[in-house]
Amino acid sequence: MSHPIRVAIVGSGPSGFYAAEGLFKAGRGVQVDMFERLPAPYGLVRHGVAPDHAKLKEPMRVYEGIARSPEFRFLGNVTVGRDVSVDDLRAAYHAVLFCCGAESDRRLGIPGEDLPGSHTATEFVGWYNGHPDYRDRQFDLGQEVAVIIGQGNVAIDVGRILAKTVDELKHTDIAEHALECLAQSRIREIHLIGRRGPAQAKFTTKEFRELGELADCDPVVDAADLALNPESLAELEDRSGSVAKKNLEVLKGFAARPARAVRRRLFLRFLLSPVELEGDDRLQRVVLERNRLEGAAGRQSARGTGERITQASGLLFRSIGYKGVAIPGVPFDARQGIFPTRDGRIVDETGAPVPGLYASGWIKRGPTGIIGTNRADSLATVTSLLADLGALDAGPRPGAEGLAALASGRGPRVIGFEDWLVIDRAEVQRGAAKGKPREKFTRVGEMLQLVPRPLR
Amino acid sequence: MPTIVTANCQRCRFTDCVTVCPVACFHGDDEMLYIDNNVCIDCGACVPICPVKAIYEEADLPAELRSWIAINAERAPTLPNITDKQEPLPGAEARKAELGF
Repeated sequence: MSHPIRVAIVGSGPSGFYAAEGLFKAGRGVQVDMFERLPAPYGLVRHGVAPDHAKLKEPMRVYEGIARSPEFRFLGNVTVGRDVSVDDLRAAYHAVLFCCGAESDRRLGIPGEDLPGSHTATEFVGWYNGHPDYRDRQFDLGQEVAVIIGQGNVAIDVGRILAKTVDELKHTDIAEHALECLAQSRIREIHLIGRRGPAQAKFTTKEFRELGELADCDPVVDAADLALNPESLAELEDRSGSVAKKNLEVLKGFAARPARAVRRRLFLRFLLSPVELEGDDRLQRVVLERNRLEGAAGRQSARGTGERITQASGLLFRSIGYKGVAIPGVPFDARQGIFPTRDGRIVDETGAPVPGLYASGWIKRGPTGIIGTNRADSLATVTSLLADLGALDAGPRPGAEGLAALASGRGPRVIGFEDWLVIDRAEVQRGAAKGKPREKFTRVGEMLQLVPRPLR
Repeated sequence: MPTIVTANCQRCRFTDCVTVCPVACFHGDDEMLYIDNNVCIDCGACVPICPVKAIYEEADLPAELRSWIAINAERAPTLPNITDKQEPLPGAEARKAELGF
């Protein structure tokens, strides 16, 4: 081949790295430049996976291996859509692959949602994981009752971090500022609120079991919630109901176990929807409406009964789903919060593919699945991209060298992968002194200071 | 807590599991795949994707399949790493039907 195929990947989380892996494995001499708005790579593996789930951070080693491919370059601290436009990328690369995830939250759409004391799970997760965007968020852990709306794995992470003692967290990579704040926590009750019943909950059983293994917190389940309607019983017996069946066994175990003399309790509550957040100048009460299930087995939905229950609480986190954020120059489905695609090719409002634009991961399919789900998804998108190479390759493209905004010296300080490794080593070293796997730098400025400026 | 490939993989070898493994922990011989639990991170992504439910997390492993823990531990490290989907074994669809899936 006379010239390399150049692909820009936007985002450095799991879907981005698995896409790079797939492109390299194709053996077509593809060169990848990966753009990341932070100086640190790895997306939600670094800033989403809970600090007490160390094993789930292991994929970082796989990504580091991919990043060491000679065909790979990391361009950290560069925001696509601000520092570099999508049109710039389209001109400099044969293809642009968006793997930029779902960075914003769905709203509850109820009165009082923006009262002080009401937060998104994203903010809290970003804060305890040391994400620079959330470094200076304040959460009033002087409250005694916290309510979490939603029962997915992020909701469980938030509940579990609030429930754990400092001793259970101090040897994880939780950010220092968060650990200090959690050490002063006066939280006594944590309520995880689910719209539907226990048979429909989206937990994975493993995360659920962990709630029964906390040092100073008991899970609490109302046995009445475990009396299922005939449709839910039918769902459990269906082949696809095996996870729900296991979950229900775990819940029954929680309901049956004797209470211990512990400081905190975590309530798993079902068939409730928030209808209003109340308080004079800050959150004081969460008004919930009791739901019942309607519809056939497998398609039951929650309908309000009109019965209202008031839960006193001064701290609320909503975790009811995530949405991608639009980037100028890329079609965006605002309702679903994704880039619309067909077989990984980004399509315009008429459904026609936009030449050279691709997507994978949460920005493609929405916020579902776990780390590995993104590997299959990215490999599928890469298959489409490779199939299009004949049409995409109408001559050489310059890659990052063709991006005037980065070459001018007035643009952002670009962090390469070697630069990141300097930051990485410094984090590990800081952590070792405290018995932590790493102590993250939580400000972009701190990270940039560690990296010597290149001579221009 | 290990994750284990069991007997249902034999005569099938669909290999869907390897496409969702975030850490490339599957190894295989001509018969079936095995998980290297020194590498596996227990994420469970492979469990629901197996078309013949051959994969279990240890906590859910039926008693009659427990011998597969040792077999995975012994076989995986000696065999080639499988990271891309391959053609299932001939007769895999028939075997799948026979297993009731």
